[in-house]
Amino acid sequence: MDISKKHKDLTGQFFIGFTKFIFFLLGFVLLLVLGKIIYEGIGIISLEFILDEPKNNMTEGGIGPAIFGTLAVTTIMVLLSVPVGVSAAIYLSQYAKDTFFTRIIRTAVNNLAGVPSIVFGLFGLGFFILFIGRNLDEVLETGLLWGQPCLLWAAATLSVLVLPIVIVSTLEALIAVPKSHIDASFGLGATKWQTIKKVVIPQAKPGILTGTILAISRGVGETAPILFLGAAFFLPNLPIVDLCIGDYCIPMINPSEQFMYLAYHIFILATQSSNPTLTMPIQYGSTLVLIAITFLLNITAIILRYKYRKQLGKI
Amino acid sequence: MVDTTKSVDKIKNEDSELSKSESSLYGKKISINVRIKEKIIEYFFAANGIVALVFIILIFVFLFREGIQALNNVGILDFIYFDQIQIDKSVQRLYEWYPTSSEERYSLLPLIVGTLLTAIPATLISTFFGVAAGVYLSEISNPKAREFLKPMIELFASIPTVVLGFLMLVVGASVFDDLFHPSNRLNAFIAALGLSFVIIPIIASMTEDALRSIPNDLRMASYGLGATKWQTISRVIIPAGFSGVSASIILGFGRAIGETMIVLMAAGNASNITTDLFLSVRTMTATIAAEMGEVSQGSDHYYALFFIGIILFTITFFLNLIAEIIINKMRKKNIF
Repeated sequence: MDISKKHKDLTGQFFIGFTKFIFFLLGFVLLLVLGKIIYEGIGIISLEFILDEPKNNMTEGGIGPAIFGTLAVTTIMVLLSVPVGVSAAIYLSQYAKDTFFTRIIRTAVNNLAGVPSIVFGLFGLGFFILFIGRNLDEVLETGLLWGQPCLLWAAATLSVLVLPIVIVSTLEALIAVPKSHIDASFGLGATKWQTIKKVVIPQAKPGILTGTILAISRGVGETAPILFLGAAFFLPNLPIVDLCIGDYCIPMINPSEQFMYLAYHIFILATQSSNPTLTMPIQYGSTLVLIAITFLLNITAIILRYKYRKQLGKI
Repeated sequence: MVDTTKSVDKIKNEDSELSKSESSLYGKKISINVRIKEKIIEYFFAANGIVALVFIILIFVFLFREGIQALNNVGILDFIYFDQIQIDKSVQRLYEWYPTSSEERYSLLPLIVGTLLTAIPATLISTFFGVAAGVYLSEISNPKAREFLKPMIELFASIPTVVLGFLMLVVGASVFDDLFHPSNRLNAFIAALGLSFVIIPIIASMTEDALRSIPNDLRMASYGLGATKWQTISRVIIPAGFSGVSASIILGFGRAIGETMIVLMAAGNASNITTDLFLSVRTMTATIAAEMGEVSQGSDHYYALFFIGIILFTITFFLNLIAEIIINKMRKKNIF
């Protein structure tokens, strides 16, 4: 009896230790991966590398246009997806009753988050380029301007991709607002919109911000959907156009042009470069920049959420 | 002074107007104007909810609109095999994906085999590591460490897949090649290893959520009966959280099937029908990614790629649905 109990405890100890070991093994592997990227990439990172354009058949130079393209696409993506996503979440949490219809929206949003990103690429091609773009060209008689892969449609596709992320994280933040605060606002005679504007949204702000940041980070890292939506191997010029009103000209992102993209740049360098060994430092450098951007964004999101939860706990 | 009296008068006027229009909202009388404004705002938000829904429907519609054409142009049997007539007029049945040859071959079997050969090992590896990590986080680690470790897992999950594909291609494959000398340098197993980087965090964090939501009474009751920590974990906590854990594995499997960049870069992209993990394979996602850019729109090949998209969409949609149903059932039982 005593022996068997002791034996059981030993196996228990073993398994607990084993679980611990597995967990720290994972941590070790992660550190190894990050360490490798930092070790190989840090040497090439410089202001020049970040700002310069690729030179000499991509074996020299920097990743400036790729960073610019990434910024341009994600900016448009955020402008398209965040307003719609946040409003949809406000509707779902504040207005919609728990009907069959709203349950379908919720299920669909949840499931949309699991649809492979390459399928979003197909959707972008079929819907934005071939349907909207081609019809737009016919109506506006612009020739083949919008009916081909370009920055706008890539950003639009990515915004559909990140829409569920924005909706779900905003929804979480909105639902977490204490019911008592909302009731108190009604009790003071505020209308529904006043309550939402003055009570619900201010409290949910960190959550909304978290959703936006996560959306940006997802957009920055996503490669598969933009493979055939306008990401280019190499472009000598930035996708910029001068928007002139009278004499004043402001340089603007040109949404009808192709673009370079950081994540796509890594893919191209790693798989289609003419001399992969020669470009290896550039590959690691680009990877380090991409990892740094996504980590910075995600750490910001994590800290925001942590602070927000603490703040809620105090209430 | 004058101003305030004026505004008081105004308020009095409004009050009398309010009592005339006996409209009430939340038990308070409110003017028609405000009600209209409130309604407009509500409809604005509702419209955005509908926009979100419309895009979900559109994905479905456009995917199917293009993909269903494939059944007209290519035919359902052609997606399974291709009968090649030899010089001696005998027929050779080919299971090949070779859409650019003079005799176009559209068999999906090698692609499906390739997808499963990367996704299943990846899910198995990830289940082992992911569940262990989840159990550690929820039951074994001390709560203060957890505050720090859980975000680490989230950070782990945020590594762009193109980076993982790159590392597998450049480092992982070389190390593996030196150690084990596989038949192909880039193979299904290398891709599966890369995929597990994506899936382990998903399984780990969902497992942790599921186990942590199990009421503490259960643990205490188990300890009260004299069970050790490991007995409590293995016989009480894991069975109680089983549905949550299985939901996370299903989701992970769906992610493994749908992941593109890692398999595109590390699986070797040669369509083989094989069970050999160390041969190059080509997955459904990688096929779309690699071929969509060069295909001419409206060709049989183009529609065939959309057809693959339909298959991927359907599989992942149903896997997600199953996982969601399981989680909802758990919530109803008040365990999750």
